[in-house]
Amino acid sequence: MGITFEEYDVIVVGAGHAGCEAALAAARMGAKTAVFTINMDSIANMPCNPNIGGTAKGHLVREIDALGGEMGRCADKTLIQSRTLNTTKGPAVYSLRAQIDRRSYQREMKHTLELQENLHLRQEEITDLLTENNKIVGVKTHLGIIYPCKAVILTTGTFLKGRIIIGDVSYSSGPDGLFPADRLSESLKGLGIELLRFKTGTPARINRRSIDFSVMTEQPGDNPIVPFSFEHETIDREQVSCYLTYTTEKTHKIIRENLHRSPMYSGTIEGIGPRYCPSFEDKVVRFADKERHQVFVEPMGLDTEEVYLQGFSTSMPVDVQIEMVRSLPGLENAQIMRYAYAIEYDCINPLILKPSLEFKKIDGLVSAGQINGSSGYEEAAAQGLIAGINAVLKLHNKEPLILDRSQAYIGVLIDDLVTKGTKEPYRMMTSRAEYRLHLRQDNADARLTPIGYKLGLISEERYQKFLKKQQAIEKEIERIRKKNITPSIEVNNFLERCGSAKIKSGVKLSDLLKRPEITYESLREIDPDRPELPASVTEEVAISIKYEGYILKQMQQIEQFKKMEKSLIPEDIDYNKISGLRLEARQKLSEQRPVSLGQASRISGVSPADISVLVIYLNAITRRSNENDE
Amino acid sequence: MKNRMDSIAAISTAVGNSGISVIRISGPDSFVVAEGIFKGKGSFSSFKSHTILYGKKIDPDNGSVIDEVLITKMAAPKTYTREDVVEINCHGGYVTASKILELLYRQGIRPAEAGEFTKRAFMNGRIDLAQAEAVMDLISSRTEKSSKIALSQLEGKLSVEVNRLRQGLVDILAEIEVNLDYPEYDFEEITAEKCSVRLEDIKEDLKILIESFSFGKILREGMEVAIIGKPNAGKSSLLNRLSRKNRAIVTDIPGTTRDILEEYVNIHGLPIKLIDTAGLRQTDDRVEKIGVEKALEVIDSSDLIHLILDAKSGFEKEDKDILEKVGQYSDKTLFVVNKTDATDPEKINEIRNKIPEFLEISVLEDSGINALECEIYKFVNKSRMDTDNLVLVTNARHKMLLEEALEGIDAAKSAIDKGMTLDIISMDIKSAADKLGEITGHMVSEEVILNIFQRFCVGK
Ligand SMILES: Nc1nc2c(ncn2[C@@H]2O[C@H](COP(=O)(O)OP(=O)(O)OP(=O)(O)O)[C@@H](O)[C@H]2O)c(=O)[nH]1
Ligand SMILES: [Mg+2]
Repeated sequence: MGITFEEYDVIVVGAGHAGCEAALAAARMGAKTAVFTINMDSIANMPCNPNIGGTAKGHLVREIDALGGEMGRCADKTLIQSRTLNTTKGPAVYSLRAQIDRRSYQREMKHTLELQENLHLRQEEITDLLTENNKIVGVKTHLGIIYPCKAVILTTGTFLKGRIIIGDVSYSSGPDGLFPADRLSESLKGLGIELLRFKTGTPARINRRSIDFSVMTEQPGDNPIVPFSFEHETIDREQVSCYLTYTTEKTHKIIRENLHRSPMYSGTIEGIGPRYCPSFEDKVVRFADKERHQVFVEPMGLDTEEVYLQGFSTSMPVDVQIEMVRSLPGLENAQIMRYAYAIEYDCINPLILKPSLEFKKIDGLVSAGQINGSSGYEEAAAQGLIAGINAVLKLHNKEPLILDRSQAYIGVLIDDLVTKGTKEPYRMMTSRAEYRLHLRQDNADARLTPIGYKLGLISEERYQKFLKKQQAIEKEIERIRKKNITPSIEVNNFLERCGSAKIKSGVKLSDLLKRPEITYESLREIDPDRPELPASVTEEVAISIKYEGYILKQMQQIEQFKKMEKSLIPEDIDYNKISGLRLEARQKLSEQRPVSLGQASRISGVSPADISVLVIYLNAITRRSNENDE
Repeated sequence: MKNRMDSIAAISTAVGNSGISVIRISGPDSFVVAEGIFKGKGSFSSFKSHTILYGKKIDPDNGSVIDEVLITKMAAPKTYTREDVVEINCHGGYVTASKILELLYRQGIRPAEAGEFTKRAFMNGRIDLAQAEAVMDLISSRTEKSSKIALSQLEGKLSVEVNRLRQGLVDILAEIEVNLDYPEYDFEEITAEKCSVRLEDIKEDLKILIESFSFGKILREGMEVAIIGKPNAGKSSLLNRLSRKNRAIVTDIPGTTRDILEEYVNIHGLPIKLIDTAGLRQTDDRVEKIGVEKALEVIDSSDLIHLILDAKSGFEKEDKDILEKVGQYSDKTLFVVNKTDATDPEKINEIRNKIPEFLEISVLEDSGINALECEIYKFVNKSRMDTDNLVLVTNARHKMLLEEALEGIDAAKSAIDKGMTLDIISMDIKSAADKLGEITGHMVSEEVILNIFQRFCVGK
């Protein structure tokens, strides 16, 4: 037996993006917290792409920030290029994406953890979870030390039984040359937790001095930079560019000729990889008639010459990799610094989790990030934040924080995982969100900051600032709705220049703003008494008015949705007694035990007819119990 | 016991159809209650399941005999509802049946809601939802053809068609969504115009489906045929002839029929609701006047009008007035000249001058009736293919969902026309696809994502 050390409220296993958010949230909510990492210099590492955000992921970062998480702030401090994607495709899908100096990001995050009250950082590998009567009581580390605790948050990323595969070479390893966590898997299995094996991959890193950028398309950042965090108004910084090149017929030929050497096709890899993150050999096989594929060259940081080849992940043997890379225009003389690899790791089937991310069967155990079957830094951080919050709420005997699908992408993410499960690493996409027009990145604060404030994760100062912003938005919307515009020559000239129909009688300013060809900015010309407002305010004002009808429609859909979410299913329901259910539905429902009709309706294998049966059944019970009460 | 259902009862034969009424009781209490009100050889509980017994119904409060009955005892689970079921056959029509029902209600049995037996069958796992809905339709279907549609629905013909349309929407959505979720990739961007053209195709097919509902309704609920005309033209006589019953009073006094009379008849397998009306004329008689007003309402609401002319009297002023009144309904008016047995060519010509085409019949001599029936059948099938191959929407919930899907497509198209952004356009298309998915039981968002990964090469 080992020595028993300090006791904690919450222990976080792993200090990646999920672990950092979990640890910070728990500590900030007052719990005595420790975060354990295998390597203190790898906190908040980005072992894959050196960027944060993108479609749907950018939304997640905004939401994390709105709730009081760290990722947005840290990204703002360390970004070296920023872009807003989808600017022509509509407000629901505007998405922020930034290239990050990854070492700075790590330093920044580590320092934030170090400065945090109630939080200890420890470099030790957790090898065992200690339980009594299916309740967490502590953890044991590789040094034989026992730390008693009330809750454990597992954020093990790709470390659990990590195995790296490059061609016919494979070895036990964590990502990015780090040690794997080999022993914890056994402990989890011992607790009756079934483990799945997932796979992901990363492309090669090249020394930029060996690249000829002159044959590539430069992709500079946007100006001005739009920050992720609602705390930051502007960011003034020199930006660096990314570059775009394309694969050639030669690249595809190399793949076809060496396909038999790919571990994916020879059967060495058993883990299930994501469809949206296919290796390049997958792309060539599955989309044989596509003549060329894009490859983006992205900087890894300011103080390094390493660059990342987005779109070119592979698990081919190294000699093939060299050939592949050098077949790309501009990379003929490329010098590879790190080879591409595929990595397999243990994860859980998220269906064994409650919507709060707690394990259904083990009290005090919570998990977040890749161990739950997701992929991506942002997805991990979002879950980490919720896991941290809920671990502490549980200690205080409070209801967990469960964001629903109409409140946040975070809600969609977690609901998808714990309700539908996943057969491959799960990536967030805007098309997964039913209420996309409401779940915009510009209003994430309106949706979530009051919640973060109540939890104690948003400071009083920030909250007051938030309230002021909301007031400013409302006031400006009111003003635009009320302001009359008369058909003067000046106004009609302006409209003509915008390619918009002239007006014959007076209209409200808001009516003009609703025209697709007219922007809030352009209206300044005929709206001289407009107040000076920050971009964050005017953006929301413009969207609220321009898309008013559609937003209203969405709100009605949300109301419908909420009804189903609010019809709770009694916890002790016996699905075997409802013989109207089809066998498959009965099994799935008994296994997963959804909390509401809404959640039940999203379980795969439960049909609308089964839901009708449930509705009738639940109505019958309530009617009878009402009668009995009378 | 928490999950126990209460017991329900209702008259299960259509009211007024025959001399015998059947009352059905279902639920855990049905045997106990039957025991109390049934008096036969031996007690109810001693009888075997699935046997028919003869006995008397008594009022348990005072022991008085209500009626002679045949009673069927069926123990769960081999019953329609999978619960204990008792069926009581009594004669004496509606009044006696209602008396028995009242008695049952007094014993704690609850009146069944419409379709509740089927609902229970569904809940207890005997049939699934689509089946239940089709069965509900079957219950109200009165003739064979209609049953056939209910059955083919069970086989999912509609699902196949709805699925095809939904798939079309999912394809469009995937093309939009891949552009939204993977903006950095170089896919061919779906243009608004292309999107609009494809939506238009789907919309057309959707409309055909929706229109089929009114036809489905005719098949299911029966087409309404109004018989109108001046007094004494022989309207009531025709109703009696077509229904093969002496339903309406027939006299040679003009103005015999005062109220509306309805009768279901079966014409070549189609259920038809015949409506006899008061003869249309100017009148000061208060009762007759009301009858005339009602007749005018029926003209408006019916699916088909038979305007009866009298060959014996020829074309008169009253006929002229009536012609004016039905002018706006010319699409659904069939002209019928009756009493061809008692006329001369002159009178017929007189009519032909005003009305070029009509059917000649004589109810008295039973001539032309077959031809008339054929006309009715043809009218129902007008511009329709063989009903056996039609995909028909017969369920009101399905029709509503189809209409909502159509609204979604219209909204998407108008968003395209207005130059809205892709995220907005996609919202309306998605809601249309969702509505169709509610009919077939598919989750659209998952399919879109699947579709994206199948068709587009994306990823790091
Ligand atoms: N000769 C002859 N008489 C007929 C024929 N059909 C009906 N009649 C007679 O015409 C008279 C009126 O028939 P009804 O059926 O009562 O006429 P109606 O149109 O219902 O009359 P109202 O109810 O008064 O509007 C009766 O005496 C019938 O016997 C026919 O085909 N030939
Ligand atoms: Mg009559």
